[in-house]
Amino acid sequence: MLQRDYTTSQLDVLEAEAIHIMREVAAEFERPCLLFSGGKDSIVMLRIAEKAFWPAPIPFPLMHVDTGHNFDEVIEFRDRRVQELGARLIVASVQASIDAGRVVEDTGRRASRNRLQTTTLLDAIEDHEFDAVFGGARRDEEKARAKERVFSFRDDFGQWDPKNQRPELWNLYNARIRKGEHIRVFPLSNWTELDVWDYIRREGIEIPSIYFAHTRKVFERDGMLLPDADVVHRGDDEPLIEAVVRYRTVGDMTCTGAVQSTAATVEEIIEEIAATRITERGATRADDRASEAAMEDRKREGYF
Amino acid sequence: MDILRFATAGSVDDGKSTLIGRLLFDSKAIFEDQLEAVERTSRDRGTEYTDLSLLTDGLRAEREQGITIDVAYRYFATPRRKFIIADTPGHIQYTRNMVTGASTADLAIILIDARKGVLEQSRRHAFLTSLLRVPHLVLAVNKMDLVDYSQERFEEIREEFTAFASKLNIGDLTFIPISALNGDNVVSRSESMPWYNGSSLLHHLENVHIASDRNLVDVRFPVQYVIRPQKATDHAFHDYRGYAGQVAGGVLKPGDEVVHLPSGLATRIASIDTFDGPVEEAFPPMSVTLRFEDDIDISRGDMIARPNNQPQVAQELEAMVCWMGDSVKLAPRSKLTIKHTTRTARALVRDLHYRLDVNTLHRDEEATSLGLNEIGRVSLRVTQPLFVDDYARNRLTGGFILVDEATNGTVGAGMITDVR
Ligand SMILES: Nc1nc2c(ncn2[C@@H]2O[C@H](COP(=O)(O)OP(=O)(O)OP(=O)(O)O)[C@@H](O)[C@H]2O)c(=O)[nH]1
Ligand SMILES: [Mg+2]
Repeated sequence: MLQRDYTTSQLDVLEAEAIHIMREVAAEFERPCLLFSGGKDSIVMLRIAEKAFWPAPIPFPLMHVDTGHNFDEVIEFRDRRVQELGARLIVASVQASIDAGRVVEDTGRRASRNRLQTTTLLDAIEDHEFDAVFGGARRDEEKARAKERVFSFRDDFGQWDPKNQRPELWNLYNARIRKGEHIRVFPLSNWTELDVWDYIRREGIEIPSIYFAHTRKVFERDGMLLPDADVVHRGDDEPLIEAVVRYRTVGDMTCTGAVQSTAATVEEIIEEIAATRITERGATRADDRASEAAMEDRKREGYF
Repeated sequence: MDILRFATAGSVDDGKSTLIGRLLFDSKAIFEDQLEAVERTSRDRGTEYTDLSLLTDGLRAEREQGITIDVAYRYFATPRRKFIIADTPGHIQYTRNMVTGASTADLAIILIDARKGVLEQSRRHAFLTSLLRVPHLVLAVNKMDLVDYSQERFEEIREEFTAFASKLNIGDLTFIPISALNGDNVVSRSESMPWYNGSSLLHHLENVHIASDRNLVDVRFPVQYVIRPQKATDHAFHDYRGYAGQVAGGVLKPGDEVVHLPSGLATRIASIDTFDGPVEEAFPPMSVTLRFEDDIDISRGDMIARPNNQPQVAQELEAMVCWMGDSVKLAPRSKLTIKHTTRTARALVRDLHYRLDVNTLHRDEEATSLGLNEIGRVSLRVTQPLFVDDYARNRLTGGFILVDEATNGTVGAGMITDVR
């Protein structure tokens, strides 16, 4: 008889690892929460959470840090998904932080609320006394993220110290913290953009419509296509054009660019990603272009 | 497609980060915007070639100092395999980060600078690799371009390393002469070294056989989380009670007779559940939920095994410990928190038998403590029984971490030995 070959496909290995991480957090922390933005990574993370605790409901709330500048399609999707799952959603609002005087909004054409999110996020973590916060960040996204642990320690100011991370061995995660400190947990650390799409295809997971090609009024700035929207300040020298585009990442409208694409199905998106020569953040995120260490600096302050 | 996890190791400046950059670049896993950023930075610094190490040295401090401080994880795939790379630092100060990267690796590549030969750090990393039981080791003799691609030099280093390696536990050892900078023998065979008949590094990585590295013999299922849907919307699940976890060894099937530890009670597997439906078997690294035929009191930290193949139930442990604490030392009477599989307890260091000199492998039995990055053999007494195997038999049921109770830092990695 042929000996069965117990190899496991990459998606099964990654899924099993992510489920293990989620259960470890549910077992070891008192007040975890999962950051859910309606973007593809957090959608996959939510599916993993569903799988990890089935047939019980997900044993922690979801939280969205809402800049107030999100795409309508994504917010609609977020709310529908939360309702389907019967989950609890906490919305932490950047507008509320501005109104309360916790942060001051930038002005001018390039004003973005991206960086302000950090304060809103950290305030919410403190208010709700969360001790573990799941994020959908992947190590393949960016060079500072490539350095981060699965269980990433944050001090009581919410700061990350990249030069002094806890060693992390095998699948043994250290969940010890003092009051006021917390752990950011990244179950999708070892997934690539392509893995995320392959998984969405395999699982037949629904995603917001803006990931697929559609016609949209956009304008060009710094080689990026920004949408025509009230909250995006367009200059007179930045004419609107109509283009067939889709989003590779979804974030704040003011700093997330669309890419020209005709990919209308998940299969077509996978083909497109497999052939692309530009990273997802390079193609679409103004926030990373600020400087070579933009992400590291933001992460040190407590960003996602 | 399966996954190979590998780590690079070796002394400072031997070219680890450059090699990763080269592998990513030549396998087209580098994107244009990443390459442009690296070219720009290299130019700004007046480097005349594109410094590929900048692809993994992502932290500000690393770029400023031109060294690697912490592990960087990178990903690439060829039509044969998906690869997860841990690029680890060479500096002795950051050895614990090297250990982090190597603990999950299927294969380690130790680089040696052909001009310098086998250095203390090369030996330390080779020793750690064998201690961590990384199943496959590649010794990549790098910078061959700087020694005129000399076969003689390569053979010298091979002999020197082989002599050292014979004292270690290394399952599978392969030597490859390369130039990470120029790409010789990295992705394809080099024309500069016609005397070398082996495969290129990438070819080796694509073909090394790893399926048999997992333990599929000894059934081990550490219970991680109890699933009891109290508010189940579906009444079918009202009395559901499942035990979730990741299989750490063996193959489990519904109907199998199993034993629960610590109770020692036997039962049978009623079903193996997942969100996607019940499955007919579970094996490492699957995360599943088990249900049993009998009602037994089972909680997190317990272990499921087979009646005729059980782990040792131990409160006294013998282990090799790699110490990673910088402010505290390990010494007899140290009290620490120990985490082993899904069980956490307190541990008392009863004895330090010896400290190992990684250069000579000499055992210093006079040693009274272990400092940062030192390795020694210790006896521990634990407040609760642990269900353990020899680390050499199973990395998941033989490994543990030690946590400092004052700082909460992870200060030790342990590998259990001498399980009867
Ligand atoms: N001539 C030559 N130079 C090389 C080769 N590989 C690496 N180098 C150079 O050696 C220097 C150190 O390379 P790195 O890749 O940063 O070394 P590393 O091993 O990652 O160093 P740490 O991570 O700090 O331990 C750089 O200047 C490289 O360009 C090679 O094959 N030939
Ligand atoms: Mg390096």
